[in-house]
Amino acid sequence: MVASLYSVAEEQKAIWIFLEQESGKLESVSLELLAKARQLADRVGWQLTGLLMGNSIAELAQEAIAYGADEIVLAEHPLLADFTVDAYCHVACEAIMCYKPSVFLLGVTPDGRDLAGRLAVRLRTGLNADCSDLRLTPESGILAGEVSGFGGGVLALIEMQNHRPQMATVRPGVFLAGQADFSRKGNVIRLPVNLTEAMINTRIIERVVGARTDLTQAPALVVGGRGVGDKFGMLRELADLIGGDIGATRPPVDEGYIERERQIGQTGVVCRPKVAIVCGASGAFHFVVGIQGADIVIAINSDPQAPIFDFADYCIVGDVFKVVPALIAALRATHEVSYA
Amino acid sequence: MPDLQMVVCMKVVPKPEEVRVDPATRLLDRAHARSEINPPDMNALEFALELKDRYGGRVSILSMGPPFFEPYLRVGLATGADHIYLLSDRAFGGADTLATTYTLAQGIQKMGGADLVFCGEESSDGATGQVPSGLAEWLDIGQITLVSDVDIDLARSVARGRREIRGGYEIVEVPLPAVVSVKTASNEPRFMDYRLKPGASDEGRVTVWSKTDLQAAETYLGLPGSPTTVSELTQAPTGERKRELLTGTPQEIAQRLAELLRDLCPNVPETSRKS
Repeated sequence: MVASLYSVAEEQKAIWIFLEQESGKLESVSLELLAKARQLADRVGWQLTGLLMGNSIAELAQEAIAYGADEIVLAEHPLLADFTVDAYCHVACEAIMCYKPSVFLLGVTPDGRDLAGRLAVRLRTGLNADCSDLRLTPESGILAGEVSGFGGGVLALIEMQNHRPQMATVRPGVFLAGQADFSRKGNVIRLPVNLTEAMINTRIIERVVGARTDLTQAPALVVGGRGVGDKFGMLRELADLIGGDIGATRPPVDEGYIERERQIGQTGVVCRPKVAIVCGASGAFHFVVGIQGADIVIAINSDPQAPIFDFADYCIVGDVFKVVPALIAALRATHEVSYA
Repeated sequence: MPDLQMVVCMKVVPKPEEVRVDPATRLLDRAHARSEINPPDMNALEFALELKDRYGGRVSILSMGPPFFEPYLRVGLATGADHIYLLSDRAFGGADTLATTYTLAQGIQKMGGADLVFCGEESSDGATGQVPSGLAEWLDIGQITLVSDVDIDLARSVARGRREIRGGYEIVEVPLPAVVSVKTASNEPRFMDYRLKPGASDEGRVTVWSKTDLQAAETYLGLPGSPTTVSELTQAPTGERKRELLTGTPQEIAQRLAELLRDLCPNVPETSRKS
């Protein structure tokens, strides 16, 4: 068997998290990982450390501590200002080889995946990707990740016995972020960074990051499937009335009717709103996993046999283009009465 | 400059909706599921074929799996790929990401390397999306992941891709050779070309390599070379929902839903209830 660069005997009993930041703001998935890892760390009595890389981002260390970290390993360098897998992997590898944590967790984002895939090979360790839950056994210190395959139809528990760090990635929205407590205290350790231009192969020519949609935080969602065609304006109207946001299944996204970052499901985002109103979607399994965490699911579909009705609390067999406008009218009436 | 050498990593997967867990053995029952080429890999192949149309060169399909993959992969020959390399050996079975990426990298090296290695964004069965960057690390070359468009500049020997990131995009350049992973659905994979179809069944266009051919270190292969192990396998819970049917005219249903939403969503204002 291939040995990882450090062994179980050498590990430090600690959970590390990749604290991903974009334009000086911590990613929501990093805050979610902090909350989950805090629970795990408390159960086994381990330390929780955040690895924070970037340029002029030191103030984020206090925020990560407020969200649950005991300690921050901070790497600041001009060549870490924008993510390149070359620079981030180099620095993360040096940090990990210096402290040898037992567990290293990352969020499933474009950059988180790039880093995780390279780092796991460089460290010759296992990678438990896209976990939907994490468990840490106190006696053995073994991390088990729950992973779904085949569009969410099958669940597996995956672990590694002899390789360290135990790396795992988690999608945004799987865990709930906690409340910040700025009275929490923690250490910030500055990591010396040895980076030169010559070490970086990736050249970013242009980078455009606009307003970002974060459906994982939406309290209510109105979701359109193939059956709504391009009529997302109608869904937007409904979403605004209930203080929510709009999402979609894959077909409207592929058709270009709505932005890809609004795609919900296994290859999109996993959401946990109080209520999800699913309009004109058949209910394919890889979509349904994205709304399984919703408190209440309301489904509207003209086909009484649509699988979506098996995953809904309230089922409406009917025409989306009649029911949704009627609902908008009913909610409007509510507004008028309450404002009168 | 010698011909542009492109490799497209492809996988044959069971159709996701047809896979079940055998309740008695708790093992995956793939026997009753039909197979297909992993759909995202068709997007990867399409970009390689587009570059071949533009600059010439050679497109090879690389896959690791059992012999039954071969007829599925031959579809790629009928769309314009030149050759198939199938890495097939019992010793490769049970590979996780580390062992899979190692084996694919050995295959590429045995082929004499490549200027561009294309991968789909992720597979529909594993869906880890970790192969592209792991492969790039074994090959010790650059990467651009999640591209929705890609081109090369042969004079400067670089690949340039549009990488889709949350809320925007990056235009990124890396020197060749490089690994490129393709954002699912970023192009329309072409259909089989019937003029190419007869040649797609040529014996000589498929090369099968075993572990001996790859001169691979046995400890890095298959199940023994995989750090991760599956400790439990179950059918995912479907999540119990109420499944209450609401009937009536659209207006009656809407009225009922409006009341429900008022209780569920703090942002919906209370109405003065009419008695």
